[in-house]
Amino acid sequence: MSIQSFEPAMIYAILPEILIIVLAGFVLVFDAIWKPEIKRGLGWMTAGGLLLVMVVTLLFSRPPAEGQLVFGGMIHNDWMSFGFILLFIFAAAITTLFSMDMKGVGQKGEFYVLMLVSTVGMCLMASSADIIMLYLAIETTSIPMYILAGFMTHDDKSTESGFKYLLFGATASTIMLYGFSLLYGFTGHTNIYQIAVSINDPQFPPVAIIGCLLLILVGFGFKISMFPFHFWAPDVYEGAPTPIAGFLSTASKAAGFVVLLRVLVTVFTPSAAPEWNNMLAVIAVLTMTIGNVLALVQKNIKRLLAFSSIAHAGYILIGVVALSQLGITSVVFYLIAYLITNLAAFGIVMTFSLVVGSDEISAYSGLSRRKPWLALAMLVAFLSLAGMPPLAGFMAKFIVFAAAVKVDMVWLAFIGVLNSIVGLYYYLTVLKHVYLFRSDDESKPLDISRPYSIALTILVLGIILVGTLFGPWFNISTTIAASLF
Amino acid sequence: MQFPILSVIVLTPIVAGMLILLIPSDRKTEVRVVALAAAIIALFLSGWVYFNYNISAGGYQFFERYDWLPQLGISYFVGVDGMNAPLVLLTGVVMFTGVLISWGIDDRPREFFAFLFILASGVFGVFVAQDLFMLFFFYEIAVFPMYLLISIWGWIKTREYAAMKLTLYLFIGSVVSLVGGLAMYFKSGLNTFDMIQLSHANFPESFQIFWFPFVFFGFAVLGGIFPFHNWSPDGHVAAPTAVSMFHAGVLMKLGAFAALRVGIMLLPLGAEYWRWLILILALINIVYGAFIAMVQTDFKYVIGFSSVSHMGLVMFGFATLNKEGLTGSGMQMFSHGVMTALFFAVVGMIYDRAHTREISELGGFSKKMPWVAIAFIIGGLVSMGMPGLSGFVAEFPIFMGVWQVKPIFAIIASISIVITASYIIRIIGRVFFGPMAEEFDHHVGDVTVLDKVALVVLCVIMITIGVFPSIMSGLVSSGVDRILSLFGGA
Amino acid sequence: MDFVTNNILTLILFSPTLVALVILFLPKGEKKLIKWVALLGSLIPFVFTLLLWFSFKKDTPGFQFETQSLWYAAIGSSFHLGVDGLSLTMVLLTTLLTPIVILASFNINERVKPYMILFLLLETGMLGVFLSLDLLIFFVFWEIGLVPMYFLINQWGSEKGERELWGGRKVSARSYASFKFIIYTMAGSLGLLLAIQMIGVAFGTFDLTQLFTLFPNATELANIPFNLSLEAVKSIAFWAFVIAFAIKIPVWPFHTWLPDAHTEAPTAGSMILAGVMLKLGAYGLLRLVLPLYPQQAHQYAGALAFLAVMGIIFGALAAYGQDDFKRLVAYSSVNHMGFVVLGIAAAAYAAGTENALLALNGAVLQMFNHGLSAAGMFFLVGVIYERTHTRNLNDFGGLFTLIPVYGAFLIFTSMASLGLPGLNGFVSEFLVVRGSWPIFSFATALSMIGLFFTGAYILKGIKKVLHGPTNEHWVGHITEINFRELVVISPLVLLMLFTGVWPAWILGLINSAMQMLFKG
Repeated sequence: MSIQSFEPAMIYAILPEILIIVLAGFVLVFDAIWKPEIKRGLGWMTAGGLLLVMVVTLLFSRPPAEGQLVFGGMIHNDWMSFGFILLFIFAAAITTLFSMDMKGVGQKGEFYVLMLVSTVGMCLMASSADIIMLYLAIETTSIPMYILAGFMTHDDKSTESGFKYLLFGATASTIMLYGFSLLYGFTGHTNIYQIAVSINDPQFPPVAIIGCLLLILVGFGFKISMFPFHFWAPDVYEGAPTPIAGFLSTASKAAGFVVLLRVLVTVFTPSAAPEWNNMLAVIAVLTMTIGNVLALVQKNIKRLLAFSSIAHAGYILIGVVALSQLGITSVVFYLIAYLITNLAAFGIVMTFSLVVGSDEISAYSGLSRRKPWLALAMLVAFLSLAGMPPLAGFMAKFIVFAAAVKVDMVWLAFIGVLNSIVGLYYYLTVLKHVYLFRSDDESKPLDISRPYSIALTILVLGIILVGTLFGPWFNISTTIAASLF
Repeated sequence: MQFPILSVIVLTPIVAGMLILLIPSDRKTEVRVVALAAAIIALFLSGWVYFNYNISAGGYQFFERYDWLPQLGISYFVGVDGMNAPLVLLTGVVMFTGVLISWGIDDRPREFFAFLFILASGVFGVFVAQDLFMLFFFYEIAVFPMYLLISIWGWIKTREYAAMKLTLYLFIGSVVSLVGGLAMYFKSGLNTFDMIQLSHANFPESFQIFWFPFVFFGFAVLGGIFPFHNWSPDGHVAAPTAVSMFHAGVLMKLGAFAALRVGIMLLPLGAEYWRWLILILALINIVYGAFIAMVQTDFKYVIGFSSVSHMGLVMFGFATLNKEGLTGSGMQMFSHGVMTALFFAVVGMIYDRAHTREISELGGFSKKMPWVAIAFIIGGLVSMGMPGLSGFVAEFPIFMGVWQVKPIFAIIASISIVITASYIIRIIGRVFFGPMAEEFDHHVGDVTVLDKVALVVLCVIMITIGVFPSIMSGLVSSGVDRILSLFGGA
Repeated sequence: MDFVTNNILTLILFSPTLVALVILFLPKGEKKLIKWVALLGSLIPFVFTLLLWFSFKKDTPGFQFETQSLWYAAIGSSFHLGVDGLSLTMVLLTTLLTPIVILASFNINERVKPYMILFLLLETGMLGVFLSLDLLIFFVFWEIGLVPMYFLINQWGSEKGERELWGGRKVSARSYASFKFIIYTMAGSLGLLLAIQMIGVAFGTFDLTQLFTLFPNATELANIPFNLSLEAVKSIAFWAFVIAFAIKIPVWPFHTWLPDAHTEAPTAGSMILAGVMLKLGAYGLLRLVLPLYPQQAHQYAGALAFLAVMGIIFGALAAYGQDDFKRLVAYSSVNHMGFVVLGIAAAAYAAGTENALLALNGAVLQMFNHGLSAAGMFFLVGVIYERTHTRNLNDFGGLFTLIPVYGAFLIFTSMASLGLPGLNGFVSEFLVVRGSWPIFSFATALSMIGLFFTGAYILKGIKKVLHGPTNEHWVGHITEINFRELVVISPLVLLMLFTGVWPAWILGLINSAMQMLFKG
């Protein structure tokens, strides 16, 4: 990979990040100017601005087919970064719409700014090609998230969640940084492509490779909540403001996966391929199983969704383990499908708890009679999580399992399949409450504000669309995956 | 381009379901009317396809093919042949009569019909699918609405348990087959899910022998094969009437048909290797199912277990792998589908009025609902395999097929005929004749016109096929010929 | 007219069903209308049968008026009808008895519509057995006949009476009788079903005309079950067929369903059950067993003859011991049908000889005759039951003075049943005895004991009812036989006399048929 020195055209590569920072600036300014009553409008501004950024990015920031290293090797501008940047911006916009009516959250400009900054970090994560850049990006993503998790200062649970997240996150990053430093020490480079060249030299001691890999995996593993670095997830998701939990579980996790893919595929393949492959397979199995099994006993829906997210990380890891072209494609597709599904799920939880004030699963009884459309949206989201056609989740699981079977890891596919069955059980249990059980509150109205409706509708339609007409989405995923090789 | 009739059949229910959801929930009559209209359209079209299939030309007809995901070789590919055309018609019939029977559902009919129609679309899709992915796709679509339909509108005592058990069982079965399907896809090297091409893929024998049980039994779970039949009686009983009709009448055929289409047709060597196991398990279904039905005290459980027994006959016929057996199975799927839809409809009519299904508490219903009594008697005769009705013309070739393979099995299976006769006659005698209990006398009334229409339709079909079996046998035979050609003319 | 001649068998077979269909749409309140439509409708097949009778050429071998159409080509079965002398006799009996039986049912007032529909469907079932030339169609109609009979006994049978089952549960006598009837017969026909399946598999066709040539010439079977020899397979199939038919006839010891079924059935039901349905079994033996399995029939003829004789003797003894008049008549059927079976057994043993021919003639004529006399006897029992509401012989006594016309008819019919020379029963029984004496002397001799007791029970019956001191109870409470009942019994009585005096009208046909079928 040749490292090009600065050229003005390179700006296009980081155009999205720049625009988002500009938007953040606007928000800060208007936050200072506007009166508290109309501060909700900041949400509209953020969302609208993000939409604009998406459009601009689509038009101007298309990467070249083979990808290029820009900015002195810091950024690798390829389809993977492009695709995921768009995805993160989309997720941020949706989350903004969800957060707008949340008390103590939606009226505060800082909230939107922190989200935007975190989004910038994620975009950089997707495109980093240098371990220092990578670390910076990860921190840029995480630190605002620590604050956002603990944003509701009057709520003990939120504070606890923020703090826990901070501690876990900081520890994980530190260990990861150590891994990075060792890598630099061994190879003398910070650019991952150059590191790859050095590592692939047969004389490079394998112990060193494995050692670095393990340390780095701690940080990445934390981000994607894989076993054994998943412990923070349930508590953090439960305590954090629900839209943030949604954002965390989807965009942040996706960013972690992108980084994982990039580093694993570029740096540690083929030198340590068999080792990390087997290790990750075992971790995938454990992650899935623990996530699904523990979800069975949850009574709080946010915790249930947290464990479900852990389980899904496990499914995605199957795709990572499969590694081939199809494998990476499956990971990307799964992330897209999962993102829209999980955001929808958390969005519904958000809406519901605003009115009812509870996150207990039993509180959802009778929802189908109270607000049939919301219940229907929940049905769609949860069935997609379970992997039922004609929804996005089915196709996602299908391709992941197909990838596993293709590389003759049929046992892995089987375990994934069995886990899906367990998953189906607890998703159906939630739906049972919604559709079957009755409650006294059935006839009370449940108002949903405009931003919610818009966001939820987009997501639900998206889930169905990706589930039925999955051709174009699969093509995009393939292109993205191809750019990694 | 010819009219895409199969796609219209597949999509009509789900589109109607979406439309129904848009109707305000208090407009119950409009909901029902839309549902009925959709059912009539589907029935009419499926009948049209059935009667316009060109038997002499054979093969798959009414083709439609659109690329869905070319990179993975997934296409939306539909067609009918002799085996699935009757089943498509069956689904249309059951859908139509099911809507008529469900006219009285008063608790959220909108959601009920919407979910029922999603189920119907899934079923139609599986029957006409020629692409393996598409088959799985629609198969799963047909599974999850059952959960909601049973758990919300079902029998309050067992509905939650039965619904969950059913859904999990079926889901497990289908995903196990799914993995098998993926294995086939990759092994063939053809990079396509097109089943017609896959059937010529010539998988190595060891591959076929290994994967056949996964694929076959994964689907046969839905067909109710022993020992995976456990979900069926509870599911039948807990479900509301129209759902039971669908469940026993169509859904179980879905499993058997998929087992045939994917298991037997794509892995013929595996089928030959494993046929003895299937024969034995099916035999257990037939005899054991009949015995258990005989000792039940709840009317609906009797019929539920009788379904297990009759589906055993279908798979019995499959395992013979010869012309008579497979023809019989094809006809039995249709005949039993109609018969069991009628049975469950009758049970529902009685339960709605008497609020009990205990045989010992019922009695004398023929005075109050004579049409129902006659319909049930006709259905009962079909169940016994009485000549002159569709049950006989379906069961007879199956037995002929088994004679060619293992005569002693035919003899053992025939015991079930006598057992079935005895419990059917017993039930008819107790439930419809004899004295009626005091408390029923006053508030049990006759069934509605719509109910009668449904009953008449079902009875006429069973009698017609019984008297003129050639209406169906020619068609089914042509489909069977295709299947046998995959076995190298075995 | 051509249409009629070309399709006469189909017309005969399905006209009852069409009439039933018409009745279905009549309002159920119009009982009189329904009854008359049924009666007149049932005359239609009779008229067609007469047409057939006079167009039939008795000296032409093989089946006449054959029709064959598509039915179930996938398994080699077609809808094949045809008639020869044997089946024509039976068809005549059936279409003759049905209108009579329907007229006899004019006193039924409950649920007339389903009653009539069931009877007409039953007629189609019986005719189908006699007319079919395809094994599968034979079986279809065989089974079809069971269901209407079940309902007729179960729903319109005798109201009084209870039976106790295992575990002390009591059911009405008619439920018990009907259930036993249908399950017993179906179980028996199970073997028949399996054997037919086997034949279909082995020969690829169910067509009787083809099977008659293929079967005896088969040297090996395509699919031999259990690797048995061809002979073993044929033996098993033989017994399967025989048991099914034996239950129907009924042959002792498979007769135990009969007394209950006949006794509890409504009068018309008993008439047709004894009159025609029992003959289905005998017809099966003649049409299927003897032609298809000559060696096995020969081999086991002795056993069959033995059972026949047991039936004759025990049937008569049992009849003699009865107090229930109807049950007495029921057992008499066992007794009379025993002669039929004896004749067939003799013919089986000595196939092709002159004696065998005589025995066969006797057997077939006995089938026809017993049809008439049994129907007549059951009817007369029904007549008296309707007036007195009891069937107990001890309740009667000296009724001849009160109802002399009825008494005359009862005596006449009883004499025909007993086998008095000059009446039809004598001719057939004589032929059977004459034919089987050289073949099965010992058995025939034993059957004479039975014949002796036949006289005993008939006379006992007549004596208890008609003779002796008049039972005061009935004076002024019993009415003479009425016009309708006269119309019912007269044709039967006339035929009994006519056949007794000039049996050639039907015997000629039977003889030609038997010669052509079983010539040596």
